[in-house]
Amino acid sequence: MSESKEVEMVLPISYPSPGAMGKTGIWRVFKPVIDLSKCIKCWQCWLYCPEDTVVMEGDHPKIDYEYCKGCGVCKEVCRAGAISMIREGG
Amino acid sequence: MVLTIKDLMSRERTYLPGSASCPGCGASLAFKLASKVLGRNTVYVVPACCFSVIQGPYPKTCINAPLINIAFAAAAACASGITRAHKITGRKANVVVWAGDGGTVDIGLQALSGAAERNEDMIYVCYDNEAYMNTGIQRSGSTPQKAWTKTTLGGKVQPKKEVPLIVAMHRVPYVATASVGYPMDLVRKFEKASRMEGFRYIHILSPCPPGWGMSSNKTAEMGKLAVDTCFFPLYEIEHGKLRVTVKPRERKPLKNYLLAQSRFRRTLSEADVEELEKEVVKKWNQLLELEKLDRIV
Repeated sequence: MSESKEVEMVLPISYPSPGAMGKTGIWRVFKPVIDLSKCIKCWQCWLYCPEDTVVMEGDHPKIDYEYCKGCGVCKEVCRAGAISMIREGG
Repeated sequence: MVLTIKDLMSRERTYLPGSASCPGCGASLAFKLASKVLGRNTVYVVPACCFSVIQGPYPKTCINAPLINIAFAAAAACASGITRAHKITGRKANVVVWAGDGGTVDIGLQALSGAAERNEDMIYVCYDNEAYMNTGIQRSGSTPQKAWTKTTLGGKVQPKKEVPLIVAMHRVPYVATASVGYPMDLVRKFEKASRMEGFRYIHILSPCPPGWGMSSNKTAEMGKLAVDTCFFPLYEIEHGKLRVTVKPRERKPLKNYLLAQSRFRRTLSEADVEELEKEVVKKWNQLLELEKLDRIV
């Protein structure tokens, strides 16, 4: 009879981490760029960003390009027209 | 207390960027907002739906809160178990089911109905993208009439199932519909729900760019147009009293909403648009009639 052996239990538990799917910024085709001189700080871009990539830096919004997927929702909802979509690598 | 954008921004986030959702996903936008209101002291239950993919592949997840993935039909049953365990151990936490429309209106309906009937202490959220988007756009009970899906190539014949009203008929404390096009309305409804006890149901219209056939930047606009055309009215039912929360000053023509999406554009004739518009106006008027009643149930 063979000897009993301790087996390590592995549970299928995932742990939280930003970038669970990798650097999703590389998915982007168009890049949102904020013109801070036009920004009225209404924070609609933060409110509507599906990926939560708009962050507050000082008192103005900043886009986290590491994870921004470039969907363009922020450009559509910007009340001041301060966001433009610029083709990546162009 | 009325939450402002600044209040929400100052809160710790549960939804971490870099998820597996498509660009412009309505479900992740809804989750981002809802989780800001509910806070970290929340347990999520997710049946099979887009959101079980959005979390990201093992061993990482983009949800910074306890979350259990469960079989399609079992979400509300699983959450019932968690609420009972909390009751015994004396733990205070929100228990939230975050389910898609397939897991709510079709496959999970009996568990949902059971939990609603027992008035379990949980918030059941259905983010409604109006088809089985996760598996590649198949029709669900929540797909609107005439919409194209991969299993209804000529447009769906049957109208959409009215699940919020079905749940309200269980005499639960709170039922609401919300749309990602009106985020502060959605936030307010979650805040209200989180302060109540018993079974609370929130149905969120969550536009899906690939499934609806629109570009990814239209998510917010479509969510708003659905409400402004009265296609998806926003209301809440608090202890049986219905109140319409967003009343468009002037109803926009339905074709603005329908023809902006290729799922309708490819199936609809002009006569169909007129017919759907009549149906929408009829339903809207019915809703206004219900609002006049002291209690609808």
